[in-house]
Parts: sequence; C-alpha cells; structure tokens
Amino acid sequence: MSVTAKPVVAAPARDAIAAPAVAPHQLAAFVVMVVVLIAAPFFVYPVFLMKALCFALFACAFNLLIGYVGLLSFGHAAFLGSAGYASAHAAKVWGFPPELAIVFGTLTAGVLGALIGALTIRSRGIYFANITLAFAQMIFFFSLQAKFTGGEDGIQAVPRGTLLGVFDLRQTYTMYFVVLAVFLLGFLVVYRSIHSPFGQVLKAIRENEPRTTSLGYRPEHYKLIAFVISATLSGTAGATKAIVFQLASLTDVHWTMSGEVVLMTLLGGMGTVFGPVVGAFLVISLEHYLAQLGSWLTIAQGLIFVVCVLTFRRGAIGELGRLLRKPL
Amino acid sequence: MTATRVLVLAAALLAAAVPAHAQISDGVIKIGIMNDQSGTYADLAGPGSVVAARMAIEDFGAAKKNMKVEVLVADHQNKPDVGSSIARQWFDADHVDVIVDVPTSSVVLAVNQIAREKNKALIVSTGATSDLTGPQCSPNAIHWTYDTWSLANGTGSAVVKTGGDTWFFLTADYKFGHDLERDTEAVVVKNGGKVVGKVRHPFPTADFSSFLLQAQASKAKVIGLANAGADTTNAIKQGAEFGIVKGGQQFAGLLVFLTDVHALGLEKAQGLLLTESFYWDLNDRTRAFSTKFAERHRQARPTMAQAGVYSAVLHYLKAVEALKSDDGPKVIAKMKELPTDDPVFGKGSVRADGRKIHPMYLFEVKKPSESKGPWDYYKVRATIPAEQAFRPMDQGNCPLVKK
Amino acid sequence: MTVFGIPTQALFGQLLIGLINGAFYAMLSLGLSVIFGLLNIINFAHGAQYMMGAFVAYFALQWAGLGYWPSLLIAPVVVGLFGVLLERTMLKRLYHLDHLYGLLLTFGVALVVQGVFRNEFGSSGLPYTAPPQLTGGYNLGFMFLPTYRGWVVVFSLVVCLGTWYVIERTKLGAYLRAATENPTLVQAFGINVPRMITLTYGFGVALAALAGVLAAPIYQVNPLMGADLIIVVFAVVVIGGLGSILGSIVTGFGLGVIEGFTKVFYPEASNIVIFVIMALVLLVRPSGLFGRTA
Repeated sequence: MSVTAKPVVAAPARDAIAAPAVAPHQLAAFVVMVVVLIAAPFFVYPVFLMKALCFALFACAFNLLIGYVGLLSFGHAAFLGSAGYASAHAAKVWGFPPELAIVFGTLTAGVLGALIGALTIRSRGIYFANITLAFAQMIFFFSLQAKFTGGEDGIQAVPRGTLLGVFDLRQTYTMYFVVLAVFLLGFLVVYRSIHSPFGQVLKAIRENEPRTTSLGYRPEHYKLIAFVISATLSGTAGATKAIVFQLASLTDVHWTMSGEVVLMTLLGGMGTVFGPVVGAFLVISLEHYLAQLGSWLTIAQGLIFVVCVLTFRRGAIGELGRLLRKPL
Repeated sequence: MTATRVLVLAAALLAAAVPAHAQISDGVIKIGIMNDQSGTYADLAGPGSVVAARMAIEDFGAAKKNMKVEVLVADHQNKPDVGSSIARQWFDADHVDVIVDVPTSSVVLAVNQIAREKNKALIVSTGATSDLTGPQCSPNAIHWTYDTWSLANGTGSAVVKTGGDTWFFLTADYKFGHDLERDTEAVVVKNGGKVVGKVRHPFPTADFSSFLLQAQASKAKVIGLANAGADTTNAIKQGAEFGIVKGGQQFAGLLVFLTDVHALGLEKAQGLLLTESFYWDLNDRTRAFSTKFAERHRQARPTMAQAGVYSAVLHYLKAVEALKSDDGPKVIAKMKELPTDDPVFGKGSVRADGRKIHPMYLFEVKKPSESKGPWDYYKVRATIPAEQAFRPMDQGNCPLVKK
Repeated sequence: MTVFGIPTQALFGQLLIGLINGAFYAMLSLGLSVIFGLLNIINFAHGAQYMMGAFVAYFALQWAGLGYWPSLLIAPVVVGLFGVLLERTMLKRLYHLDHLYGLLLTFGVALVVQGVFRNEFGSSGLPYTAPPQLTGGYNLGFMFLPTYRGWVVVFSLVVCLGTWYVIERTKLGAYLRAATENPTLVQAFGINVPRMITLTYGFGVALAALAGVLAAPIYQVNPLMGADLIIVVFAVVVIGGLGSILGSIVTGFGLGVIEGFTKVFYPEASNIVIFVIMALVLLVRPSGLFGRTA
C-alpha cells in the first residue's frame, strides 16, 4: 500500500524503511488457518462458522486501531451496523446482486469512517473512547428513527441472491466459501497495512508520537487513514453478515456490540496478527454454548475481561507468541 | 391382469401396513418453544409457556398413543437476529418441526420468513403484530392467542362507549407501539371519540414523569398506554405518584397481562381497563386448567400467552395425529380444517388467513377491597364474541385470502 | 402565555422534572468525577454499583425490616466496602498501566455484577416504596409535585455541595488533591497515600450507592437499572470536564433540564440529546466545560 501523505520536511528515512519480509512462522500460521477454515464447514454447522468469520474480520479491523495505533474506539458498532443496513437495503429494495450490495455497504462504512474519523482523531485516550461512543449513539438513534431501517424489526428477508450471476448463495456451502474469501481478503488487507512502511509509521506513532512528529511525519494523517481502513473493513464484515443472515438489525449498532469487539480483541491478543481471529471464534463459541443460560453469558464475558486485564493482557495469541518467542 | 391386480393389492396392503411414525420426520415430533426466558417478558410467557406445552402433551396422551414428542426451549432475548439464528439452527440442524410462542413482533416476522423458507410450522401465542395474518400471512403460520387489532378493538371501543371519549396516547416509539396507537386511534374515532394529544417515548423508558405531565395538561379523560411490559407498569406506577387517577383521568392499558397487574399490585392498578382472551377465573374449565398449571409453576396463574401455548400445542398434536405427518404447511392446513376445543378458550376455529378466533373479554382491575386473594384481580366488563373480536378477513390484505 | 406552543405553566413543570432527573445525573457523575479526578481511574462499574445500592436497600427491607432512612446509611457503607475490596484486590494492580485498562476491568466487573443479579432476580423490577413521611405531594399550581421527588432534589443538592466543599475547601480535600498531583511527595510527608486512594474510591462508590437508594422508590429496582444509565453519566462527566467536581454538579443538573425540555419538544430524541451535546462540547472544548487538560 503506498503512503500518500508527504512529510513536512524531506525525510530520507522514509524510503529506507523497507517492508519486512513475511516471517515464515506467520506464513505457516496463515496456511494452517486457511486449511482449517476450508475443512471446517464439513464438521461444524456452517452458519455458525460464517458468523464467526464475519466477527473475525470485524475484530481484525478493530485491532488495527487499538493494537497498532493505540486508540480505543468505543463506537465501532456504528460501522458494522450501518454497513449492514446499507447492504441489506441495496440487496432488498434496489435489487443489487450480493457482491455489489457488500461493496455498497463497505463504501458506506468507509465514508462514515472518514467523517467520524476527521472529527474525532484529534482526541486521545478516554476522550477518544467517549467521543466515538457519542457518534455511535447518534448512528444508533438514526437507525432507530429512520424509516428504511425498520426500527426494532430491522431489515428482514434480505435476498441472498446470486453472486456474479453464477453462484447461488442460498446454497449454504457456496455462501460459506464466499464469506471465507471475503474474510481472507480483509485479513490480508489488514496484514498488508501493518507490514508496510505505513504500518511502521503507525507503530512509531504509538510508541512515541512527538518523536514521530519531529521526524517530519504528520501523525494525524496516519491515524486518520488507519481509522478509515478500520471502519471500512468493519463495514465489509457488517455488509457480508447482513447477506448471510438476511437481516440487518439494531443489535449491530448498539453500544454493547462495540463492547463485544473489544472483548474479542482483548481475549485474542491486541496487536497480534491472528489474535482477533482466535478471539472472535472463542467469543462466538462462548455465546453459542451459553446462549441458553442467559445471564451466565454476561457473567462469563465479564470474567474474561477481568482476568484478561489482570493477568492475561497479551491475550491468547499474544501469550502463545511469547511462548514461541515469535510475534503472531 | 389378475397378477397386476394382485400386485397392486399387495402394494396397497404394504403401504397401509407402514406404521404412522414413518411419515413423521425422524419419528419424533419436536416442538420448539422460543421466547424471552429471562428478560422483560419472562413472567408473562417464559418458562411458564414451557410448562403449558408439557401439560398439553400430557393431556393429549402422547405416550398412550405411541407418539414421541420432544420439547426444546430457547431464549431469543427479544432480538430478531438471535431469534432467526435459533430458528435456522433448529430447523436445519435439530429437525424441529414447529416453533411455538415467540413474543416480540420483530422476532415473529423474522421467524415467520424462516419457517416459510424451510417449509416448517410456526404458531405464535405471545407475539402481537396483526401483520402476521395480514400482509405477512403465510401457509406455514397461525396466530393463536390475540393481536394488536383485537386489543385495540376491545379496549378502544369499550372505553369510548363507557364515556372515555377524549384520549391522550403515551406510545412506545417502535413499530409495535406505533401499530397499537394507530389501530386504537382508528377504533376510538370510529366510535365517536377524539384524540387530543399523543407523545412518543423512547423504548424503553424508565422515567415517565415528563410524559405524564403532558398527559395531565391535555385534560384527556383517558390516557391510552400504547406500550407493554415494564413501560406500561412504570407509567402506571408513576401515574399513581403524580395523582393521575385521583385527578380524574383513567388509564387504558392496551397490552396488559395478568403478571403485570400482579407486579403492580391492586393498589396502583385498580380501575385499569384491559382486553385479554383468557382469565383463569372465567369458568370451571379455565379454573381447573389454571389450578393444575399453578401447581407446576410457582403458584402463579397462567397468563393468556401461556394458556395460548397449551391450547396451540394441543390442537397441533391433534392435527398431526389426524394427518399422521408433521409436514409443516400440511399440519397448518389441517389445523385450519379441524375445529378447536380446549379448556382454555372453549370452542373455536382457525381461519384461512391463519387467525385463530375465540371470544375476547374486556376486564377491569378490581379494587383491593374487592379481591379475595392473590391473582383474584379482574372483573369482566364485557364479552366480545369471536366473530367480532378480530379484524374481518377481507380487511387484512392477506394474499392467502381469496377475494 | 405560551413558548413555542407550550404554555409556560407546563414548561415550569418540565423544568422541575428535569431538575429531579438532573439530581441523579449530578450525584452519579459526582462519584465518577471524584474517582477520576483524584485517582485517574475510569470506573465503568459505577452503574452496577448504583444498582447494588438500590438492591441493598431492597434487601434491608425484605430481610431486616429496615426501611428507607437506615438504608440511606447502610447501602453506601456496604457498597462502599465492596468498592474498597475491588480497589485493593484489582484496581491497584493497574495504576502503572494505561487508564484504559482500568476502564476495561471495571467494564468487566460491571458485566459480572449485573449478570449475577440478573441471574438471581430476573429483569423485571422489584418493588420498593417510598417511606410514609415522603409520600403524597403538593399541588404547586402548575403541576402536582410528589413529595419524594422534591426530596430527591434537595437531598442531592446537599450531598453534592457537601462533597464539593470537603474536597475543595477542607484540609482532607487538600491532601487528596495534593496526592493526585504528587503522590511520592505527599507520602514523604507521612500521609498514607494508598489508603487515601482506597478510601476515596470507596467514597465515590458509596455516592453511587446512595444515588441507588434515592432511585429505588422512583424507578424499579432491577439489575439493569445502571446499564444504560452509565454511558449517559459518562457523557455528563466528560461534558463537565473529567476531574472537575463543580463541573459534574452543574452539568448534571443542567443536562437533566435540557433532557427534560427535549421530552417536550422532541421526545423521541430525549435519549440522545446528551450525546449530541457531548460531541459538540468535545469538538469545541476537548477538555469539557470546566475541565483541566487531560
């Protein structure tokens, strides 16, 4: 990904930052992940897997912001949910084929991300968390009141459609492999953003922002770009989810959804490559198994937060990476 | 020719000899009770609906008739995405044949779609939306216990006729609230009343003081509560604080269940007018049923939602027995064919648009002095016969109804 | 005489109602502000602690027959002790880390507490009646004011102003403020800083619990009563300025009034108006109205 922001002062250092080669252990982990995901639907209920994949993408996108830029957004549900509504509306009312509906949803989230990002990126820490929450609440309110979103009903009976005029997405396995492809694409975009000169600058900003400024970079621009990428990919996750489940609802724009993605990323490992994926699968599985026990799910989620923050800050993959002494 | 005839006869005999089970999918009839098990609607339906379903299976005598019936339970948390996930999983992976109960209109509509897609059955007892027998009607679904139209019709017209001709609406700001307000307003106006004001409160709301002040200022004779659950009970409780009833105004609860009145207490709820399709103390049959229910469910009497589940499951099993199959739309069609009779609603029937019809009752909540004990809360003010209680079939825009 | 089509009489009524709701916002944001201002901890469990206060009042009545007046003292003490325990066992370990970990920890604690209560008590409310001395009401002409609600405003004002006075004008408060600025130096003067921090957290939590007891007769005592309230209260604190005691009090009451007026002119938006104001304030004054720079 080419870096378009120009430094204020000519900085020869920029060209000398080479994109690090793909580490072999990360490549191995990636291959394992792909193989497992290809085989999985034949052993596990595919609809469950599709849900986990959408959330895995959402968590990866979120991780870009918290893990690599160090900004905790408490309003990311706004991007997941609004892309879902956009894609559902496009597919159902305008008759878009699924691929265009997903693209439309993604673009909606991207535009929203650019707007909200521009307004919030100057804030930091708790203020950033609060102001992103505030905007997410406004999106929630809009989703509640607008006619086309259907309020409490949401947008229902969204057609799965036929991908590229050839693949009938009402077939579960076809839908699954499409979702897998979307997930892998998004995953690779996040990976490339991190392992690139752009990613290196982001890490520098997270480590020491004033120093980065003095080196001639404009952190605000980089942070904003990262925010927009994060928002856009969250949108892809939301748009795909709306097609898979044929429903876009208020749950996806509610602030507790923003809390869930934080949980997934924390549990999996903030700032790791594979952490969010693992975290998403773990949290979705937990939800699935504890669903019938009502409040126990909330208690379990709360305990995970507490334990992770106190003793398990690196998350599952983070700890695994530490054991292996290689970043994952 | 004789050989062919013998063959045909043999084949026919063989076919007749195939036991009834073989046409019931996997040999088991699986009934899925999906509702809110732990949230706002847990008391009016929740685990009580499961008790009611099990009672229906026993009373039907499934064991004696050699029919295997299983009950699955799930909590949809009043969210359409959770409800549709569960429905998908149940129909796809768990081979559930029929989903019963389903409070919360948004979940009803989502599950309705899925039942249609997967060719299974849905019987709604607690959910309210009259769209289920209107534009969203389906050959796979029946709306059993009540709906927004019948509530609006019952309470709205009865209240206007008893003198409550100016109305102020306190409406929950979501589709169900809007629908209830719309249906009731139409009835009020039709009966010669006037709507002098409305206010939409966010759903849910904890503090109604501001909205109650507006209702007081309007000087309407009746304050119509187009909301449900905690919103209704909060509004009534706080209304008592602000002296609404003492000031001469009356609350009309547009969707109130026995358990709401129980939670409020007669002190606060007295005088409230409401419409329901069942009350435990109506006649000997309902009393007998309710006593058995109370023994199995914390001494609480059944609400119309829970009683509806009993009635629905009973009739479903009768239809399956008669049809010797649990194929979704076929059973639904059979249920429409057979007349219903049970201790809950007495005699009734299911219309072509999927609407079960039975009488509705206008109740008034007793004063504390009039009540002989817990759960003795209602007195009957009017009975609306089955034919008049529900929206006429030709007004619903249901595609299944031949014009 | 009308203003935008609403008679002034009705507006006064709404103003008063707004003040009553504002009293809760003020008390809760006061607790949050004390905790953040003096301890730099973002206490997301505040809503759950508010709920615990209401439940302690309910239990006191159910199990011990103790009514409202004793509960005003018992609940804050009991829940305050819980807060002290929380601080000693968990929060202490996070002081050297980014503030956001404190937020995540307390968020987790809130989920656990709410889940446990919900498991036991379901989500429908439990009844709690106002004490007989405070039932009934006064006809003020423009509205009928229930006595209990009037009491809420008066009592919260007293508590809020009392707390402000202690922190800003007394020696104890001065020690607290100094300890935030420079704990090592203050400790060198012989003051037990960790204990002060623990007690301050306990005090902030006790304030939340007190608000819970006040709320019990008005709202249903239910496990989720703090859940949606907490994000609103955060908005209030942020608008007032994290760390400003006076800011929280003024903003709390002020926003209650603004929300009250919104309920008259655009009721559907009453849940959201505070967030809109927060976004606007943060864009113009990033540290809040009365805040010091973070």
